[in-house]
Amino acid sequence: MFKYVVSSVAGVVFSLSAMTPSHAQVMQIDGAGATFPYPIYAKWANAYRKATGIKLNYQSIGSGGGIKQIKKKTVDFGASDAPMKPEELDKYGMIQWPQVMGGVVPVINLPGIDSGKMRLDGKTLADIFLGNITQWNDKRIAALNPDLSLPDKKITVVHRSDGSGTTFIFTNYLVKVSKDWEKKVGNAKAVSWPAGVGGKGNEGVASYVKRIKGAIGYVEYAYALQNKMTYTLLRNKDGHYVAPTAANFQAAAAGAEWDKARHYYLILTDQPGDTSWPITGASFIIVYKKAEHPEKLTAVLKFFDWAFHHGADMADKLDYVAMPDNVVEMIEATWSKELRTVDGKPVWPADTAQK
Amino acid sequence: MNTTAETLDNPPESSGHASRAIGDRLFSGVSWLAAATVLMVLGAIIVMLYIGARPAFEKFGFWHFLTSAEWNPVTEVFGGLSPLVGTLVSSAIAIIIGLPVSFGIAVFITEMAPPWFKRPVGTAIELLAAIPSIIYGMWGLFVFAPFFADNIQPALTDTLGALPLVGELFQGPPLGISVFTAGIILAIMIIPFISSVMRDVFETVPAELRESAFGVGCTTWEVVWNVVLPLTKVGVVGGIMLGLGRALGETMAVTFVIGNSHALHAALFEPGNSIASTIANEFTEADGEVYTAALVALGLILFLITFVVLALAKLMLIRMARGEGRAS
Repeated sequence: MFKYVVSSVAGVVFSLSAMTPSHAQVMQIDGAGATFPYPIYAKWANAYRKATGIKLNYQSIGSGGGIKQIKKKTVDFGASDAPMKPEELDKYGMIQWPQVMGGVVPVINLPGIDSGKMRLDGKTLADIFLGNITQWNDKRIAALNPDLSLPDKKITVVHRSDGSGTTFIFTNYLVKVSKDWEKKVGNAKAVSWPAGVGGKGNEGVASYVKRIKGAIGYVEYAYALQNKMTYTLLRNKDGHYVAPTAANFQAAAAGAEWDKARHYYLILTDQPGDTSWPITGASFIIVYKKAEHPEKLTAVLKFFDWAFHHGADMADKLDYVAMPDNVVEMIEATWSKELRTVDGKPVWPADTAQK
Repeated sequence: MNTTAETLDNPPESSGHASRAIGDRLFSGVSWLAAATVLMVLGAIIVMLYIGARPAFEKFGFWHFLTSAEWNPVTEVFGGLSPLVGTLVSSAIAIIIGLPVSFGIAVFITEMAPPWFKRPVGTAIELLAAIPSIIYGMWGLFVFAPFFADNIQPALTDTLGALPLVGELFQGPPLGISVFTAGIILAIMIIPFISSVMRDVFETVPAELRESAFGVGCTTWEVVWNVVLPLTKVGVVGGIMLGLGRALGETMAVTFVIGNSHALHAALFEPGNSIASTIANEFTEADGEVYTAALVALGLILFLITFVVLALAKLMLIRMARGEGRAS
């Protein structure tokens, strides 16, 4: 009995001492936040574990939840669809970078009207969501769609009932294109909706729109595709009607001036460009500048570095858009400039920092 | 040592006076502790809710928070009237529909059903109570709401909606997603609770009482109304309160069908909101102290409502007991 106790205590001591050195292999990294990029993060995590044996535990609890968790330091990184304000990042000593992009798509349910047939512009979309346009055969919609025969049907607006990065990107666009929207509603992850019913999550909005005839809602592009929903065309800043496609999201990102945006605080809505989809957004990763556990932070950075360089195809397959190479370079330069251990040593690039 | 009392007090097979006293004291201590834990947990919940809600009450004032229907996360102005009304109205609809049905089920099982039929009906009701609420919610959204929107709601709007005064209540778009739908789903959810409690208490009525009532020529209805109900009213009210408590706090099923809109409407067919569904929807993404505090404040209000409901039930029982004293 005594022998057994001694040997098990020795075992514990041994395993503790094996864990303490700072360059120990980190086998799991923890993150929490945005639900929108969850499918691609999960896909990357799976591939990364096969490649390196390191596990990523990502909880898609929502952007607000992700920010709360990283502030409390219960996770190694937070993820948010809406960028944190630069002042707030400075206050907490954190940095953020865009990891992946996607688009938000207006979806409708009007029998007889197929995907990509209905044309809308920002002003009309805002008026519909404000409750100013209540019928599908309203002359303001008819003026944009001379070729469609529009039914005499009441419009039912469907919005998110939970706070969400999707809502943030969508309302950000409406604020840019409608003075009325800016004055009456504004731009946030949850707003005071003037009209309609609320569904929880992208899937909630998708199921309401599919169920209610005459409904219009907004969902992430991937949800619209996977649920085979009827999307609309939108008129972009240059006056062209464009369809939501990965190429058009990339077009919106191409002209973005990330280098001029402090803390990458940039929202890609209503960007110039011939084929730019007007409601495009990026999803962000947030970490502390000063790493209390540098080996954990390095593991986080290694994962996202791997995702930047090996994850673009996977992103493409799931209808997300990878960050362009020049932006990745910029982000990794920020890592080596800003991220430090507690005693001031750089954390990135990983091979120099690990010595 | 030789007195009978002492012999009785200290029977030969017991291990001794002292150890028994210790065991007894230990037992009473543990019981006390168990009872005190409940009170402590309750107190701690109230205190934590109050602390969490204080920023909202300080900013808006308790009464203003209760009476304002504005809920705007952008400008950080919050009022809880819309979820408060939604909670009370959907629960009221649930009780109005659920209570008569539950009563009917309980009376049928205890008074009328042939013995071979009692078991299956009773088991079916208990199984209904075991269905997780999210199943009710999904069934409500995908099956019941479309059916209700296409078949029942237009009929109600045409008939009841045309009446003066109450007609206003039965207006709204034919979505099937509304405060009224939420009330119906809640009614289905609380029927098993209320009816199984009612059945159990009805069965406690001694057979002699029933038989003598039948013997003097009472109808089944008269037996139930004049003999069974007066004897079991405490249990019946308890069962109703159990159902009401579940209806007030139900979250998932309501979130699916209530529409989650903060706008306040008189019409029952308009989408609305309840306290529990608002918290479930918005808590994870609530950033900012006031927003979170407003949600916690809603939780505190729900707690107070439940408390008031229980207190009213107790008062009702006391008054009923007094009325009985005068009558006899």
